[in-house]
Amino acid sequence: MRLPLLALLAAGLAAPALADSWDDTVAAARGQTVYWNAWGGDERTNDFIAWASGALEAQYGVTIQQVKLSDTAEAVTRVIAEKAAGQTEGGAVDLIWINGTNFLSMKKQGLLHGPFLADLPNAKYLDLSEGSAAVVDFTIPTEGYESPWRLAKFVLTHDSARVPEPPRSMAALLDWTTANPGRFTHPAVSNFMGATFLKQALIELAPDPAVLQGEATDEAYSAATEPLWAWYDALRPTLWRQGESFPENESVLQQMLNDGEVDFAMAFDPAAAAAAVERGLLPDTVRSYAPEGGSIGNVSFVAIPFNAAHKEGAMVVANFLLDPATQAHAQDITVLGSYSVLDPARLGEAEKAAFAALPASPALPSNEALGPTLNEPHPSWMTRIAEDWARRYTE
Amino acid sequence: MRNTEGRWLRLTVLGLVAAGLVLPILAGLWETGRAAFGYLPAIGAETLSIDPWRRLWSLPGFSTSLSLTLWTGFASTLLALAIATGFCAAVHGRMSAGQSARLLTPFLAAPHAALAIGLAFLIAPSGWIARVLSPWATGWDLPPDLATVRDPCGIALILGLLVKEVPFFLLVMLSALSQVPVRAHLAAGRALGYGRGVVWIKVIAPQVYPLIRLPVFVVLSFALSVVDMAIILGPSNPPTLAVAMTRWFFAADTMLILPASAAALLQTALVAGGILLWLGAERAVTVAGRFWIRRGGRGLSSGPGLVLAGAGAGFLMALGAAALLALLLWSVAWRWPFPDALPESWSLRAWARPAMGWGMALKQTLIIGLATTALSLTLAIAWLEGEDRAGLNRARWAEGLIYLPLLVPQVAFLYGLSVTFLRAGMTGGMVAVIWGQALFVFPYVMIALSDPWRALDRRMVRAAAALGAGPLRRLFAVKLPILLAPVLTAAAIGFAVSVAQYLPTLFLGAGRIATLTTEAVTLSSGSDRRVTGVYAVLQAALPFAAYAAALMLPALLLRHRRGLAGASA
Repeated sequence: MRLPLLALLAAGLAAPALADSWDDTVAAARGQTVYWNAWGGDERTNDFIAWASGALEAQYGVTIQQVKLSDTAEAVTRVIAEKAAGQTEGGAVDLIWINGTNFLSMKKQGLLHGPFLADLPNAKYLDLSEGSAAVVDFTIPTEGYESPWRLAKFVLTHDSARVPEPPRSMAALLDWTTANPGRFTHPAVSNFMGATFLKQALIELAPDPAVLQGEATDEAYSAATEPLWAWYDALRPTLWRQGESFPENESVLQQMLNDGEVDFAMAFDPAAAAAAVERGLLPDTVRSYAPEGGSIGNVSFVAIPFNAAHKEGAMVVANFLLDPATQAHAQDITVLGSYSVLDPARLGEAEKAAFAALPASPALPSNEALGPTLNEPHPSWMTRIAEDWARRYTE
Repeated sequence: MRNTEGRWLRLTVLGLVAAGLVLPILAGLWETGRAAFGYLPAIGAETLSIDPWRRLWSLPGFSTSLSLTLWTGFASTLLALAIATGFCAAVHGRMSAGQSARLLTPFLAAPHAALAIGLAFLIAPSGWIARVLSPWATGWDLPPDLATVRDPCGIALILGLLVKEVPFFLLVMLSALSQVPVRAHLAAGRALGYGRGVVWIKVIAPQVYPLIRLPVFVVLSFALSVVDMAIILGPSNPPTLAVAMTRWFFAADTMLILPASAAALLQTALVAGGILLWLGAERAVTVAGRFWIRRGGRGLSSGPGLVLAGAGAGFLMALGAAALLALLLWSVAWRWPFPDALPESWSLRAWARPAMGWGMALKQTLIIGLATTALSLTLAIAWLEGEDRAGLNRARWAEGLIYLPLLVPQVAFLYGLSVTFLRAGMTGGMVAVIWGQALFVFPYVMIALSDPWRALDRRMVRAAAALGAGPLRRLFAVKLPILLAPVLTAAAIGFAVSVAQYLPTLFLGAGRIATLTTEAVTLSSGSDRRVTGVYAVLQAALPFAAYAAALMLPALLLRHRRGLAGASA
């Protein structure tokens, strides 16, 4: 019994040609386990992925094994190590939750499989026109090498019992921290969230935010960041631990808010605080809001490495994530609470109704409180700011 | 005439050790070394140069990381040694071997990561100690802005290392003390008017030290290159060199792998230099010590030093115990806000869904732990049996071979080893992780088993031989049953070491193998202490269970052979 099965598997591995049609992809995917490398610091996301695995197994016979990363770069390094060892197929990473710099780095080095987005049937629910959020990752056109799956937007969270009137701009924040030293901090800038906080400040403080959409040339960089560093020089001594050490990421910061060590947390997910209240991780007096001029938002993507062992399964997963039913489930505050990436104009009545029926929560910001979504700067800004920050403030 | 009995066995064991232990370390060092000098074709680096070193030197915080590493490494080792010596002097003879073993076992068994996670909560400004004292004693309604964990000086890290290293030193010292006539020396010393503490320092410590020198180097190497504990308790901006290097290895900017490899080599040099420095200091202490001893000071005032060391050890054990208890409490809490001394509401939700996480990690940990322990134990027994049959004492180079994996810092060769394994097509599998962990489990099993094996009453074996039992039968029917208790203890130690492994699983498992330890360390940078608590409690519970089994099984298995049950324990 076992031998023919092995032979079949071997034949499947040996056949390099990809399936021509979606049906072939689905057929080839059956029985595959997709190793999805995704940041594992958020229990809700982990649970959502486990739920998706169950649903996929029932529907397509595909299961997901989440590889919980503490940093997405770990997956990139892994693929590079495999390429180093000459492993061009059967790689350990099938699917990566990826964004911005990591995507740019993999795409530049030819480490991605694709383009595949157009092959996914559910891509029809996306706005694929040029420049739309679903096909641009930190100003880099995705060119079909990654598929969107959730929407992220920067918000600040505060405990309304301790801070009834939070500061609503970066300038006001400095006034607040000066009056309340040691009660605010941000995640380390080597972390995505910490860098996002600085980018949010950069957009608010830069004399001409429009330059941020282009590459960070030396000239543009020094002009645009000068007010940022002046502001940060004033802010840093008023931070928790006098700005000499920082929490690793937003989860640790959230825990510090819960412990009362600081009065603010931040997230790249407007529903994060509401969900944390639901899980007993924050007091029910916390509220989330975006700075008054709006906040940075972007779409999270999944990509498939060039040497993935289970490309078909990975594509089935990517397609499943775009299913309106999946997106509605993800937007449920009791599940994940992440906003849908689909274009509402392309949904049918039944699909729209599923979104309308989702539950609400007081810690969930209204659309007004969220304000407009600001575009991410070009990735070169994030790299330069993070390096500059490390040079300026690491003793 | 040379004794050729068992030559094949010895050759096989030596071959296995060379191919399975030494070769991977050398291959790993070779790959890391090439990357340190700019050769890693995978990222397009193909020219040998010293640029990675220049880059390393210019990385932000490098010099602080370096001095932090040296400070925490040396300070924790010296302090641990001093406290353990003082504690030994204070309690030796007042506590039976069994009592001290029972006291030390929990601290030896608890993995570094679990202790660190518990300790981080215990001593944080919003931690358990602060909660118990607030607000009635401290007046704090909100936690103070004090750096008690992850402080820039690394005090919390040193404290964490002490909680683990002092019990380890106590264990090796107590075992070494059994070879020194302590009682006679003490009596003689007291008769000549020396204080108890001074007899220990002037007479007993110089005899014990040579016996525990290798363990001291193991601790020094470990303290200089520890990663998991330093992530949780050490400073973060910048961290110690080992943590910084682990971050660079996994950074988005893949060119950082080159300076990271250079840092890995530097780490090896640090450990080698640290050991040399220590050897130099030994010389100096010997010369100064002789002079000091000849002066003949009676040191009657040494009493307070002993009390201090004893209290220090007691304090560390209390901290460790409270840290483990805090983990258990968190795992069954729902909300536990500051400054409540106990959780406000309770829940078993974190434990309720094994399928969502901890079930899988527990299974992987068990499989890897059992496999590495079985492998290491088999190899260790084969090695010792080979020595027996040849009637040989262990050569110094062989002793060095056993200690090699414990002396070379893990970070130095694991990245290179993962590249080697990849090239051999052994990617991210159980096999790679089991092999990688066995590198570190085997030495401990070997060390734990060697002394009891040598102490075996040879007359039993000779009697069996005289009755016509062949070598195999002598091993299985005589030696192993007599040595059942130490064999099980060695297995328990091996299992505990395996459960605690962090870096080998991280580097060689390609992220696919998630054990309780890797998950606990990852979760420790998350927002949910309750889930972290579950993983850390399980992580600590597994080795406990193994030690308990090692204590109870002999009594059960040997219940009809009373003479044996007592003979070997």
